[in-house]
Amino acid sequence: MGYTLVYLSLMVLIPLATLVVMTAKLSPAELWQLATSDRALASYRVTFGASFIAAAINVVFGTLLAWTLVRYPFPGRSVLDAVVDIPFALPTAVSGLALTAVLAPNGWVGRFLEPLGIHAVFTPLGITLALTFIGLPFVVRTVQPVLEELEHEVEEAAAVLGATRWQTLTRVIIPTVTPALLTGFALAFARAIGEYGSVVFISGNKQYETEITPLLIMTRLEQFDYAGATALGLVMLIVSFGMLLAINGLGAWARRRAGHV
Amino acid sequence: MIDTPAVAATHEPAWVRRIVVGVSLAFVGLFVVVPLAAVFGEALRNGIAAYGSAIIDPIALAAIKLTFVAAGIAVPLNVVFGVAASWAIARFRFPGRSILITLIDLPLAVSPVIAGMVFVLLFGKQGLLGPWLGSHGVKVIFALPGIVLATTFVTFPFVARELIPLMEAQGAEEEEAAIVLGATGWQTFVRVTLPKIKWGLLYGIVLCTARAMGEFGAVSVVSGHIRGRTNTLPLHVEILYNEYEYQAAFAVASLLAILALVSLVARRVIARRVETT
Repeated sequence: MGYTLVYLSLMVLIPLATLVVMTAKLSPAELWQLATSDRALASYRVTFGASFIAAAINVVFGTLLAWTLVRYPFPGRSVLDAVVDIPFALPTAVSGLALTAVLAPNGWVGRFLEPLGIHAVFTPLGITLALTFIGLPFVVRTVQPVLEELEHEVEEAAAVLGATRWQTLTRVIIPTVTPALLTGFALAFARAIGEYGSVVFISGNKQYETEITPLLIMTRLEQFDYAGATALGLVMLIVSFGMLLAINGLGAWARRRAGHV
Repeated sequence: MIDTPAVAATHEPAWVRRIVVGVSLAFVGLFVVVPLAAVFGEALRNGIAAYGSAIIDPIALAAIKLTFVAAGIAVPLNVVFGVAASWAIARFRFPGRSILITLIDLPLAVSPVIAGMVFVLLFGKQGLLGPWLGSHGVKVIFALPGIVLATTFVTFPFVARELIPLMEAQGAEEEEAAIVLGATGWQTFVRVTLPKIKWGLLYGIVLCTARAMGEFGAVSVVSGHIRGRTNTLPLHVEILYNEYEYQAAFAVASLLAILALVSLVARRVIARRVETT
């Protein structure tokens, strides 16, 4: 018990507290200025924008995938189930390298995009695609168990009462999985905003255009600009905390709803 | 049979199924399978000899060694913590218990770059403890201790997260029986608790090790990228790539990909064991 607390404090709490202590050295005005410089604001736009779109894409395709895995037996389903975990298992540097290679103008996918005038590498599109890649397992693995527990009787009841399949889907199934969808979205989004390794290779890191906040922090640290780095770090930490609370809150909401149904 | 109203109303038409399965497969194929295949394709582009020489390069070997050393220290630390923390959380009710559970998850919510940065702020040259450490000749940042700390931080929750639900579900009756029958605390742990949790523990260790070896962002901040000395495998990949040594970068990346695939297979085998016990 005591050991647990000491180790937790040493490894996690004290290091994170350092960040807060370091920001306390700055005056609020300085902090505000560092956290809202033009370059910082541009990086937030890229980071949060791309993360939001990526999480939204994952909600659509992740749910479709979870549905396929739960409802449609087809040859190779267990392989598909295993493949979904790959983005989570693959080191981020490898993911970044792989996606860059595939989407480069002469890459396996990029060569088909290039004639269409779509440039994925070194653009916000590439960042979004990388964040979609790493977020996919979070949505699938959150929605899948909820779909598995969905009782078939409820759907049958809806059908007996005269609902078409489409009505059953939109009025019965989707409302039931909504908490899981939101949780999956939040998990994918939270993971995406902090992501570094899979993005740096594909983003090209152009200031104001494709520079994500974690990379800007990295740059500030390399310039020994600790004040600039901590100000940005504090913003990221607050957002992460907020996401963690939101995810816990969503979990509690889902449990309450499950209790009512 | 599909024509009977009951089935038609609770199942999708065949063409809907085909489209949904098709879209799912296409999405995963394009997004996951193709990039993974590309790693191996690019790695072997110049033949097996070039692949081999990229891996037995002394700097690559040094990176492999450092990766194993860092994981070899970080994983046992977190295993001991994970077992202790989940034991405390599953067996006792105490004030702040739910806060403790949230705090254990914290490293998962924090960006890897922040995870590395806090150690630079703490131990770096201009950090809080940096000057003191410097005058005592201790080097943490841009050296092995920093890499181990950053790796431990990011892999902190994995073992505990697996064990807490498992131990809560199992209850403590058997341990209580062992104690009543005269076993010491340690005997109870080794002979009763450990066999009960071994598959869950192993699952946590696999997750923890895989992440420890593949960590990039956090280690990148604290490593200093000194070739042959403070470069782990993922960092070596980045350096090779930035130096336009593409084939070598992919060769080293393919090692990490193989490691990830092995961990994935191990996880599925162990998960089946967890379910049956």
